[in-house]
Amino acid sequence: MLRKDLFRRPQNELESFGRHSKRLTPDIPSEMCVLCPSCKETLFTGALNDNLHVCPKCGHHFRMNARQRLNMIADEGSFSELYNNLMSKNMIQFPHYEEKLKQARLASAEREAVICGTAEISGFPCALFVMDAYFMMGSMGTVVGEKITRIFEYATENSLPVVGFIVSGGARMQEGILSLMQMAKTSGAVKLHSDAGNLYLAVLTDPTTGGVTASFGMEADIIMAEPRSLIGFAGPRVIEQTIRQKLPAGFQRAEFLLEKGFVDLIVERKDQKTQIAKLLSFHAKGES
Amino acid sequence: MSAFDRVTAARAKGRPTGLDFITNVFEDFIELHGDRRFGDDKAVVTGLAHLDGIQVTVVALEKGHDTKEKISRNFGSAHPEGYRKALRQMQLAEKFGRPVVCFVDTSGAYCGIAAEERGQGQAIAENLMQMMTLKVPILSVLIGEGGSGGALALAVADEVWMLENSVYSVISPEGCASILWKDSSKVKDAAECLKLTAEDLYDLGVIEKIIPEYGRDFSQTYQELRRGIWETLSVNRKLPAAELAANRYARFRKIGVQGK
Repeated sequence: MLRKDLFRRPQNELESFGRHSKRLTPDIPSEMCVLCPSCKETLFTGALNDNLHVCPKCGHHFRMNARQRLNMIADEGSFSELYNNLMSKNMIQFPHYEEKLKQARLASAEREAVICGTAEISGFPCALFVMDAYFMMGSMGTVVGEKITRIFEYATENSLPVVGFIVSGGARMQEGILSLMQMAKTSGAVKLHSDAGNLYLAVLTDPTTGGVTASFGMEADIIMAEPRSLIGFAGPRVIEQTIRQKLPAGFQRAEFLLEKGFVDLIVERKDQKTQIAKLLSFHAKGES
Repeated sequence: MSAFDRVTAARAKGRPTGLDFITNVFEDFIELHGDRRFGDDKAVVTGLAHLDGIQVTVVALEKGHDTKEKISRNFGSAHPEGYRKALRQMQLAEKFGRPVVCFVDTSGAYCGIAAEERGQGQAIAENLMQMMTLKVPILSVLIGEGGSGGALALAVADEVWMLENSVYSVISPEGCASILWKDSSKVKDAAECLKLTAEDLYDLGVIEKIIPEYGRDFSQTYQELRRGIWETLSVNRKLPAAELAANRYARFRKIGVQGK
């Protein structure tokens, strides 16, 4: 059953997040122009913003923060955020972790590396989580693990599909073994959601690696990937150091994973909402 | 002993490996090979055995003893087929109602081209998911190194135990030192920061039991382990499957919940 507050009015700026939001989006180039790393074309920042942070010349997908993705994917005003009160603490007294967290909060304007909530995508209700690369490269510590676990539990209780946008460097070193345990915890929540017959759709974006790939990243029923995203278990540098040779071009890119059979489909940013809605419609309850 | 002394002890030459534990703790071990999909990963040993009247499925990460064996076992770093082989045996255990015992000893899942091509991340993820709801008891014992996801892929269990001189962490102290201080010689400090000893993990509520060691002779450790495993399995195999799985989820569910 859907919870009543799924459709309530936004209570604050974070929930409304719409075009009227006055919030700044730090780390997005504030200069007039940026250089496309792929085609070396000079692009106007405004034009890039209008084009979902995709290079209009060559289609290179620039990194996007979590709120921008929310804007792109959720129906306007439909998002209702959950568990935003959870804040990371330095549980194992890891050196300089508090400073790291402070910097990450400034850089991302988020409290943690994932945003969770309920939303509608082209009218289809779902539970949604969106990770943020600007918060310690989307690494998973106890709060990220807890929030992901809770959103899956919420979706299981309410028979909702889960749509997750993933970007992560893996488990968060600064929380030691507790981060590693989040891989098992989130996987358990995904399994229970799945056993109850619900759909989990993951969108893997650049980069998705380490402990997140090896847990809820690869556990979705349908795995969508953004073009050219780096997706893997070990990072390319670690592999090069281990095997002492250069990696072939295109290794661990979305297209490579599709070829090897680990990704269902690659979808450009501009088509993602339509494609997700279509996939949700295939799995909508009470339809056949 | 400092944290890094534990790391050194866990990696020490001459320390018993997975197969030593299998043969000294269980009887009638029969090894079964292969994942039925790609091949047989020698870094993972699986099979059937008896423990004082209880039939069990055993899974162990095996580093090997001499250089030749170490190379053939890839130094205990499994490829995806190793994790899939383990899962195949665990699912057979579920079918026939046998408890599963895992011995974990690896510096980590292998980082290489072939491992990525065959879906290292997917193989580990699949184990985490399937083990969480497996309908038979699972007990995992860390006997040496517990290297990150590659160790966790065999340690989603009802209880996780560590030998006194084993370590278990999210990243190697070397890796942590090079990220944190761009200096891999600071491994000792890194080992301390990571909280990776059996004692640390017990205090953090991540493991249930520390198995004592008595120098280089492991015969008493084997005996205590044997008794401990028998007692735990005797209790857990009587639990209804649903309760067992629910307990296992609750065990991991509570780790790292802060405040409310």
